[in-house]
Amino acid sequence: MTLRLTRRGLIGGGGALLLSGCDRLSEAPAAKSLMQRAEGLTMRSQRWLMGDALAREFAEADMSPVFRANGSTSVDDAAYRAHAAQGFARWALVVDGLVKRPLVLPLAALKAMPQRRQITRHDCVEGWSAIGQWQGPQLAQVLAMAGLLPAARYAVFHCADRIGGAPYYESIDLIDAFHPQTILAWQMNGHPLPLEHGAPLRLRVERQLGYKQAKYVMRIELVASLASLFGGKGGYWEDAGDYAWYAGI
Amino acid sequence: MDPAAASLAPPRRAYRHRWPTRVWHWANLIVVTIMLMSGLMILNAHPRLYWGHYGANADHAWLVIGGGRFPALPGWMTIPSYYSLSAARIWHFAFAWLLVPLLIGYLLWSLLGGHLRRDLWLSRDERRASALWHDLREHAALRFPKGEAALRYNLLQKLLYGLVLLVLLPLMVASGLAMAPAMDAAWPWLVDLLGGRQSARSLHFIAAMGLVSFTLIHLLAVLLAGPWNHVRAMLTGWFAVPQENGT
Repeated sequence: MTLRLTRRGLIGGGGALLLSGCDRLSEAPAAKSLMQRAEGLTMRSQRWLMGDALAREFAEADMSPVFRANGSTSVDDAAYRAHAAQGFARWALVVDGLVKRPLVLPLAALKAMPQRRQITRHDCVEGWSAIGQWQGPQLAQVLAMAGLLPAARYAVFHCADRIGGAPYYESIDLIDAFHPQTILAWQMNGHPLPLEHGAPLRLRVERQLGYKQAKYVMRIELVASLASLFGGKGGYWEDAGDYAWYAGI
Repeated sequence: MDPAAASLAPPRRAYRHRWPTRVWHWANLIVVTIMLMSGLMILNAHPRLYWGHYGANADHAWLVIGGGRFPALPGWMTIPSYYSLSAARIWHFAFAWLLVPLLIGYLLWSLLGGHLRRDLWLSRDERRASALWHDLREHAALRFPKGEAALRYNLLQKLLYGLVLLVLLPLMVASGLAMAPAMDAAWPWLVDLLGGRQSARSLHFIAAMGLVSFTLIHLLAVLLAGPWNHVRAMLTGWFAVPQENGT
């Protein structure tokens, strides 16, 4: 009996030690950055395995009856609200930074460009998935209009929404920026993008998780490095919560 | 030798586990424990499971864990013990890079080194329902093999170890990869094989619960069959052979 109690005590004590040890390691910068090195390994492996492969595309019959809206579902900004009230008729996307020709593209100009329509699966980092149809010009076409300067390495998406006062932003490298399925969607399931899904424009970068699919995109900035932007990790969730910049898993 | 002298003789010791088995066993125990606990934290972020390609709150879930509590799972089960999806993901994917090489290495050694054929493969006699029934009854009566028979894995051991090594752990890895959007682009056949992304997520959970169930059965069996001898054998390789008469 004594032995049993001791053993149980040992197991319980060991478990508590493991738990508090893991919590402390989660917060220790050295342990965390060692473990985060796996993220680079994951990115290089996945890029090597998939090459230019397309994300899976579905038929209309496969679409989710309800597409869950997550993250910001509205924008508390006077200028944005004024644009929304006008149906974004006077709104325009700004493309600047390391480009030869900075652009101001009204929604009508984006709609007039060659369009790509795709039915894809949106995988949230939380675990759920929804299948929806997206339409808009390829980001590659917009970047070609602007013309990249040789130093440009990343496309940064500045958004109208804020979470806890901090502006939402996201970034992708040129491999994803020039992927054929990377589009600036203004249409979802055959209708103009609803407010809760990021009207008037959201990024679709189909081989990564949901938090990379920036909503309410106002401006695309081409940069050489992500270090000087906001928290320096290339995105709102990357800065705020240690989420991986490359979200292929 | 008269029976009295035999029972006084020191128990025969036999070399039971080669070093790759011992190293893999303990390394895998640590890695799988961390992956399980960080995985349960990831599950906290959306404790609903679905079949098919898609699934979210408005869709039918075949399992809802925690009955709407947040977090759905208690802190002692998860890494970290406080709610953090991002920290759990850092743990989970860092240790996945240990789990996979360990598993591939041990599978290759088992295949090429004869462990699979010699120790885990079922003999012709064992591939019978009567053999399984007999072994189940022996276990239920807590009659564990003695003498030479104790040096071989019995039928239930072979089935359970084979299930873990050849089915559950490979399924954990395959279903984990199938949940990655980039892997769906790279290897769509894998996602199709598992029935879609949300099916893969469900199978990931079911296989994990299979591993938990195995571990509980395994722990119970070790406790009943002589914990010190079995743990020492898995640490040093040397096993004290239980004598035919008495202990």
